Amino acid sequence: MLGRTANSLFWMFRYLERAENTARLLEAALRMALTRDIVAAEAEWRSVIATLGLQMPYEAVNDGYDGMAVWNFVLRGASNPGNVRSMFGAVRANARAARINISSDVWEAVNESWMKLDKMLARPVGPTMVGEVLLAIRRAGTQVHGAFDGSMLRDEGYHFSRAGTFIERADSTTRILDMKYFLLLPSLAYVGSSLDTGQWEQVLRSVAGARVYSWLNAGQIEARGIVEFLVLDERFPRSLAFCRNALRENLAALARMHGAEGRSNALMRDVDTRLGNLTVDQIFEQGLHEFLVDFLARNAAIAEAIAEDYRFLA
Amino acid sequence: MSAGSGSFDEMFDGSGQTRPAYAEYCRWFDEQPGEFLKRKNREADDTFRRTGITFNVYGENEAEERLIPFDMVPRIITASEWRRLSRGIEQRVRALNSFLYDLYHRQEIVRAGRLPERLLRTNDAWLANMVGFTPPGGIYTHIVGIDLVRTGPDDFFVLEDNARTPSGVSYMLENRETMMAMFPDLFSRIAVESVSNYPRRLARSLAACVPPAFGGGKPVVAVLTPGIYNSAYFEHAFLADQMGAELVEGSDLRVVEGRVQMRTTRGYKPIDVLYRRVDDDFLDPLTFNPDSVLGVPGIMDVYRSGGITIANAPGTGIADDKAIYSFMPEIVEFYTGEKPLLPNVQTWRCADPDSLAYVLDNLAELVVKEVHGSGGYGMLIGPTSSKREIAAFRAKLVAKPENYIAQPTLALSTCPIYTAKGLAPRHVDLRPFVLVNPEGIDITPGGLTRVALKKGSLVVNSSQGGGTKDTWVLKD
Repeated sequence: MLGRTANSLFWMFRYLERAENTARLLEAALRMALTRDIVAAEAEWRSVIATLGLQMPYEAVNDGYDGMAVWNFVLRGASNPGNVRSMFGAVRANARAARINISSDVWEAVNESWMKLDKMLARPVGPTMVGEVLLAIRRAGTQVHGAFDGSMLRDEGYHFSRAGTFIERADSTTRILDMKYFLLLPSLAYVGSSLDTGQWEQVLRSVAGARVYSWLNAGQIEARGIVEFLVLDERFPRSLAFCRNALRENLAALARMHGAEGRSNALMRDVDTRLGNLTVDQIFEQGLHEFLVDFLARNAAIAEAIAEDYRFLA
Repeated sequence: MSAGSGSFDEMFDGSGQTRPAYAEYCRWFDEQPGEFLKRKNREADDTFRRTGITFNVYGENEAEERLIPFDMVPRIITASEWRRLSRGIEQRVRALNSFLYDLYHRQEIVRAGRLPERLLRTNDAWLANMVGFTPPGGIYTHIVGIDLVRTGPDDFFVLEDNARTPSGVSYMLENRETMMAMFPDLFSRIAVESVSNYPRRLARSLAACVPPAFGGGKPVVAVLTPGIYNSAYFEHAFLADQMGAELVEGSDLRVVEGRVQMRTTRGYKPIDVLYRRVDDDFLDPLTFNPDSVLGVPGIMDVYRSGGITIANAPGTGIADDKAIYSFMPEIVEFYTGEKPLLPNVQTWRCADPDSLAYVLDNLAELVVKEVHGSGGYGMLIGPTSSKREIAAFRAKLVAKPENYIAQPTLALSTCPIYTAKGLAPRHVDLRPFVLVNPEGIDITPGGLTRVALKKGSLVVNSSQGGGTKDTWVLKD
């Protein structure tokens, strides 16, 4: 496979994942804002912008943190180059560039989603439409992944795509957790207290884990349990442990197909050594924030190493 | 159903009777409920959008993607008509290859005084560094599209030769797929020659032209595209996909150890045959346009030393020139020793003073074309142009007469299209696709029928509001 094509597949799935995660974040905020007073709602929208790292461009064109302003900026803001509409543009452009290495089912799922969303996001999204738009974004992810799972050849292209998905998902879960941590646990003393169950539920909702978490924990919402769930639970598909396992498998498959391990496999082993037997208490001891920042950096380094190992760009 | 007026209509004769080729189709058509056809017509549009069969229009807001409108009424050609056409096409394509070989070798045709040397010297498509070089297998035009028009029951003419990089074959294939998906019963009632193995024939044809440096095994074939923003990107991807070839861009390629190689996830890998869909100008920045980022620096050196086959060969574009076209009857006769089976459209070369005088006197009735133009740009259609447009064109023509040829405005045949109000005749042309390899010439039965969707319009180009139809060659 061409290095450029591998790059296209990797980024096609990163952008798809990013769009879906962004929609979940907005959905969770939307729900939160509805159940809160105006001040709390504003804080919620502010944290969405902060989680996405968009404070500067957002504040350059907006005065306050009003829901409609935030979701329009995130979804389709002209001065936000990373808006969801352009993410889908990037998904489609990458799919087109890798057209002969994806199945027709995947291409059609991408193309149809893009046609629908590009039209939906061409005009400002009002309060009556936003729910439908966010649902459509998540559906797009579901459709593409479904087509992908059912029709893609399990060759290297498959593994580059999966690697992109899990690199991006791990990145997203880490950022959401880190942001909420600052908001929710101003000091270590709060760990274990049931300070603001609504806020913690919010974290779970952002990663589509609210229902399953409360099912597993009989409705007990507390910081330690949630961190354990999102970082260490290998069964939950958006947890860091799950993403790490999936990434490891895909990188191992690539190394097998190419007959040699690369720097990406070595970096993956470092992460495994570090996180292998970690407990939630150890994470809190070293500091959750420090742990998350370190994880983000390692995750990003693996992504870079994949691009080098497989000649994405040169 | 009603007959068209004036031009030859391929479905109905002058008294409104269905011609035999369309008899079974029309019976089927009349049996279909109106609602059904309406729904199918909408469905076709959705299919094309979903599958992404689009082309980009230059000059509109940044590379907007558009569909080429598809008309669901097929254009039908009988087996005997096709036999006649394919004999003529084969003769012409054979002559084209011999002509190109001669141009870049001894130029016998010029020595014999049958073609003015000026036509080569003044032509941008002429490549001096192809002189004396013989491409692998002696093939210049691996893929050719011959544009045909019809004016009567037995009157077919060649309007244009596309020897450079003919496009549109993906529409021939997708139009058929769409028709078969929409109207399966139609194909069980009428026996139509299949077109679907074109990509396999293309792959075989290209693989038959490996360069001297080919190291054995399965030849590595790649399609070179300018990229996803090119107007024909869909077709490039489609053909690569169907052939099982790689789809590469200039940035994927590099000359390594005397071969053109592509950057794969496992390192650089040599390419044997490059089906390039970029123009000569952009092929090699070291040889041609130094600003080109679409090509491969050094590919021409590799080519000349036998390291790669380029299809079509650089320098074939000269055969697309409309001044050269006007000599095609002589060219066919010179190289085949036979009278041309398919006539040219009558053509006045404006470089010739007598012809120029005639053309200037009759601008309002003629079609005038730039010799190097394509895509329906830069031409004058006298009968549908205003006095002012004609005057403006006259000035250009007088200033540079050798830049133009003129032809009579042909009464192109019509074939009905489906409209909300029923069938309505529209003008059509036909581009069959021809593959050439050392073993022979291979013509897919069918081709791309382009149709001018506007009533009365004679311009079928997709860039100018033309659509396409599925083209059927009936089995005997």
